[in-house]
Amino acid sequence: MGDTLKIVVLVKHVPDAQFDRHIGPDRTLERSESILSELDEYALEAALQLSEARGGEKAGNQVIALTMGTADAANALKKALQIGASSGVHVTDEALAGSDAWATSLVLAAALRAIGDVDLIVAGMASTDGETSLVPAQLAERLGLPQLTFASSLEVEGRTAVIRRDGGTTSDTVEADLPAVVSVTDQINEPRYPNFKGILAAKKKKIATFSLADLGLDAGQVGSAGALTRVEQAEPRPARTAGTIITDEGDAGVKLVDFLAAQKLV
Amino acid sequence: MTMTATLVYLDVLPAEGLRKPQLDLLAAGRILGPVSAAVATPPSDAVVQQLGEHGVETVYTPDESDLSSYLVAPQAAWLAAVAAVAQPGAIVLDNSFEGKEIAGRLGVRLDAGVITDVVALEADGTAHKSVLAGSYEVSAKATSPVAVFTVKPGAAEAAAAPAAGSPTVTTVEVPQGAFAHAARITGRTDRPRSGRPELTEAAIVVAGGRGTDGDFGPIEELADALGAAVGASRAATDAGWISHDFQVGQTGKTVSPQLYISAGISGAIQQKAGMQTAKIIVAVNSDPESPVFEIADFGVVGDLFKVLPQATEEIKRRRA
Ligand SMILES: Cc1cc2nc3c(=O)[nH]c(=O)nc-3n(C[C@H](O)[C@H](O)[C@H](O)COP(=O)(O)OP(=O)(O)OC[C@H]3O[C@@H](n4cnc5c(N)ncnc54)[C@H](O)[C@@H]3O)c2cc1C
Repeated sequence: MGDTLKIVVLVKHVPDAQFDRHIGPDRTLERSESILSELDEYALEAALQLSEARGGEKAGNQVIALTMGTADAANALKKALQIGASSGVHVTDEALAGSDAWATSLVLAAALRAIGDVDLIVAGMASTDGETSLVPAQLAERLGLPQLTFASSLEVEGRTAVIRRDGGTTSDTVEADLPAVVSVTDQINEPRYPNFKGILAAKKKKIATFSLADLGLDAGQVGSAGALTRVEQAEPRPARTAGTIITDEGDAGVKLVDFLAAQKLV
Repeated sequence: MTMTATLVYLDVLPAEGLRKPQLDLLAAGRILGPVSAAVATPPSDAVVQQLGEHGVETVYTPDESDLSSYLVAPQAAWLAAVAAVAQPGAIVLDNSFEGKEIAGRLGVRLDAGVITDVVALEADGTAHKSVLAGSYEVSAKATSPVAVFTVKPGAAEAAAAPAAGSPTVTTVEVPQGAFAHAARITGRTDRPRSGRPELTEAAIVVAGGRGTDGDFGPIEELADALGAAVGASRAATDAGWISHDFQVGQTGKTVSPQLYISAGISGAIQQKAGMQTAKIIVAVNSDPESPVFEIADFGVVGDLFKVLPQATEEIKRRRA
């Protein structure tokens, strides 16, 4: 439709990394004190900027926040609505617990098909809990869409999206026609905070809820039942204990080298 | 112990020979079983011979199609075609952005479990990795017939095979339609090189943060005295004092060196995520309450502009 964009931002509700995070006896992450994954805020900001540059919601642009997760995960959507997303979509089902990237991308791909006519799918560069960065590439594969991932800049001109992707040895310009899957790094922008107006406005915004059955998926394909990887053991890394701490009295540089020498590092 | 036929993916092979990390990756594959290699560009004879010396039995190359000007999608399509020929039980890739993304796509194409960020592999296919910003160590397995692993540098040490073989080179065509929905790489610039060791491969890293106030001189001089790589916190890269390439942490590089010297860095969780698996951590910070001291094996409460130059001089003096 002309110049307007229908953008879906993938958001995840994750345990807050500021607190200790724990893996439970069932070898899955304990989901306490959760927040909207910080890295998804950059994705939302990128989507809002694209929408606003085209006149925003009034002009017919949409920024839809999509999440998959427990009932609680709606809090990540609410935060996204407060920041400025126009509506939310929540895929929730008990069978989803324990899903790996393979199952997550399966469910999100089905949800994106259900939403329909999406021009751009924007994700963060990784979730701050799973940290695998697999989902955007898997979504692109499942949907048969080009992937423009790890973007440190993003521009959309007409029906073409262009990103900069900074790799280990080169910095690349990558482009593709819409619709496309994009993931953005924390280099791309400075995410905004929700303001009072946004918090009030969010109360009137809608969240649509889908179950697996709504998406035509089978419980056996997802969650722990459908996972293609299994965690065998999970041990907290022995906490690093503070070693010797000295206060500089004019000779700490020499003492530092004494320490390195004792460790055979010089 | 059952051996798993393993396919190792190597992207661009330098004509003069494989790079050390590529040889290490082959060694990681050999932990699982006999290896074949899928190389994205046609290898020179010298490279084929070198692959044979490192235990590769079959080398797969694409027909003349150029995969390098597209982002990961055609590579994944081609690698899936190779897998259909080679029938591996495991596929091993490096842990770069591209490696992980090709692995993810293969996971979808082959209905295969994917394990990323692997730091060690066992012959039975058990993979070890750290999760939650380095606070947990887990071992995991794929439950699918094919397992896909992306392996970090240092997981295995390159070694010549007991008997060098001469691998057969087999061409596998890039499947039709592989380019149909691929993003095009339309421009490429080389990133400046520092002349110092590669951050993710270095045995020693000296890193600076906001406490440098923009002056990385003392960090670089200590790094050079130690033959170390230079790293930085996000505060330092955000300020534009040093390129993002040098950022250590959640959204930068993850490093596990023998020694990490942190100077003028407070030690936020996102910074720790990238360095707390270092063998030894030394911290220099003027604030005794700084959280970095909770994880330091040796800490100096002091001014980095005094402590670091003195340490650099002392190292040079002892060497002389
Ligand atoms: C989504 C997200 C991702 C992030 N990713 C990363 C990441 O990958 N890597 C990363 O590092 N951070 C990351 N951060 C930022 C992180 O939260 C911290 O803000 C950052 O690490 C702080 O950098 P710093 O320690 O250099 O600065 P500060 O926290 O400001 O600390 C500076 C330190 O320098 C000390 N100091 C000052 N002067 C001197 C002196 N003369 N001598 C000695 N010490 C001195 C001070 O006491 C202080 O402890 C991320 C944040 C977010 C939200």
